[in-house]
Amino acid sequence: MPGKTISEKILSRASGRDARAGDVVICDVDCAMGTDGSVPMAIDYFEQMGGTEVFDPSRIIFVMDHYAPRPKSATADLHDRMKAFATRHDIRVYEAGEGVCHQLMVETGRTRPGGLLVGADSHSVTGGALNAFATGIGSSDLAATMICGRIWLRAPEAIKVVLTGQLGPGVFPKDIALALAGLLGADGAAYQALEFEGPAAADLDVEDRLVLSNMSVEMGAKAGIFRADRKTAEGLRRTDERNAAGVISAWASTRTHHELPAASVPVEADADAKYCREVALDLSRLTPRIARPHAVDNVVGVTDAIGTPIQMAFIGTCTGGRVGDFHQALAVLRAATRIGRSPLESDAIGAPTVDSTGPEGRPPLAPGMQLVITPASRDVEDELRRDGTLAAFAEMGAIVTPPGCGPCCGTAGPIPAAGVNVISTANRNFKARMGSASASIYLASPAACAAAAFTGRITDPRDILADLR
Amino acid sequence: MRIELDGRARLLGDDVNTDYIIASSRKKETLDANVLKQYLFESIDPAFAATVQPGDLLVAGRNFGCGSAMEVAVTVLLAAGIRAVLARSFARTYYRNAINNGLIPIECDTAAIREGARLRAVLDDSGVRVIHVDGQREVEGRPLPPIMLAILREGGLVPYIRAHHDLS
Repeated sequence: MPGKTISEKILSRASGRDARAGDVVICDVDCAMGTDGSVPMAIDYFEQMGGTEVFDPSRIIFVMDHYAPRPKSATADLHDRMKAFATRHDIRVYEAGEGVCHQLMVETGRTRPGGLLVGADSHSVTGGALNAFATGIGSSDLAATMICGRIWLRAPEAIKVVLTGQLGPGVFPKDIALALAGLLGADGAAYQALEFEGPAAADLDVEDRLVLSNMSVEMGAKAGIFRADRKTAEGLRRTDERNAAGVISAWASTRTHHELPAASVPVEADADAKYCREVALDLSRLTPRIARPHAVDNVVGVTDAIGTPIQMAFIGTCTGGRVGDFHQALAVLRAATRIGRSPLESDAIGAPTVDSTGPEGRPPLAPGMQLVITPASRDVEDELRRDGTLAAFAEMGAIVTPPGCGPCCGTAGPIPAAGVNVISTANRNFKARMGSASASIYLASPAACAAAAFTGRITDPRDILADLR
Repeated sequence: MRIELDGRARLLGDDVNTDYIIASSRKKETLDANVLKQYLFESIDPAFAATVQPGDLLVAGRNFGCGSAMEVAVTVLLAAGIRAVLARSFARTYYRNAINNGLIPIECDTAAIREGARLRAVLDDSGVRVIHVDGQREVEGRPLPPIMLAILREGGLVPYIRAHHDLS
């Protein structure tokens, strides 16, 4: 028998069977997560299934993130039912404003190497960054898992994604994710897992890996997993220290008796593991990418979209809403302000001549630009407040919203005006995704979003960052 | 078990995501599929909701149900009277949600099916078939894994768990 992939090993451990790609196995779940987008329906299924008790309250969390802050009075009903169920079954619930579920799964230390996590939200694959097999399910599967603590899964074939080289200036992990989406297509990894390997994968910090794991579902993948290594250990140690020290204060005060899972079983693939496909990406040759409307795999180089007018820029979400993302964006805006608008527009299509005067007094955002800043969690928000980042964005005229999913999926928060072009750090650009059917969404790195917020059109972030270095 | 469905083909393209089936933003007020069905496919085919008839069969290309894992994208089709979706391929979360609710996902070659064509979908112990009633053509579908057949046989995951209280 050939060796095993990370996916096969984790599903073998969780099922107590020798799970090979294609096998259907019934697995014990380490943690199940649901949101206000999925839990209300899961409660209905739970009751219809005859559920009376949950299998283990400490292995379930609920997060109110999709409808946060509550966009309509009627939404209160969904939240109230969710909280009543959580209280009855002693399940930890994170209130509106505490963060996006996938970020909280990581920050609260529930995402551990070797774990099997299911979440009733498609971007639950984010947990693969920390060497967990994490996958998305619907509300009915969540209900069944809450009752019996188990889930059936078909062990997926794995695509080995080998990353080599080094990212150049102005090129970021988001560009790797978009390049892969362009390469594999929106269903290129359907029913399969992505397993990230190679020296450049080892160089990526956990925060960077989260972007790639998160976006793996945009290629149809069931999971997007990194091996556990020094970077994983560093990330986990930081998380555990912050939790122990109560830095993540917002929920330290409301934490119940539930213990965080401590067990970590790092898993790596065997040298002779069998993959269904191997894809290599040399990061040294990668240039900034952009996904054009209305598909995530409609990916081109940013240079092919330069000059496209942009009226709204959004930095946030479980893909691009972490501390480093906002620092990246702010660095670009500050550098751009020093350079000035005109030099950046010299090769733009039909560039208007806006303020070609000296650097002093030049506004940091393009005229009429709406820049929306949404931290992925309260912990991220707190850190950005402490280091002055949020104040800097606000001074520039940005709208800073509470943590949550709202702007990304049109469920709360700023909705794009009719007909506008939006550039976003999010993971999806489907038509009407942000709540306006006539808006067009472009996906890019935080740096590219900031560059466009400055010039009012799609701009190559390298023109700004090359100057910075 | 034998399931036989006769219906009229309603054509859709590739990569029909769950937000196209029903927008996330419509879930703010209600999760009642009987209410939500008036918004079915509103952003890609505004005339669809008014013209869908009970018994219609959805026919799509690749990657049907990609994007969000939200389950109303399945229940809203059932509320509109759609019992099966035929597609070249499905997103895995949609496929699971469909089976769990008794909506039959049929993975098959859909290229030759025209809008309004009369189709018969048959699922029995020998497998899955789609019969083009007018042209007397038959296409084989991808067989369902045994656990999914077992769930479908019980009528979905709700009756399955009610009966067994566990997975086996």
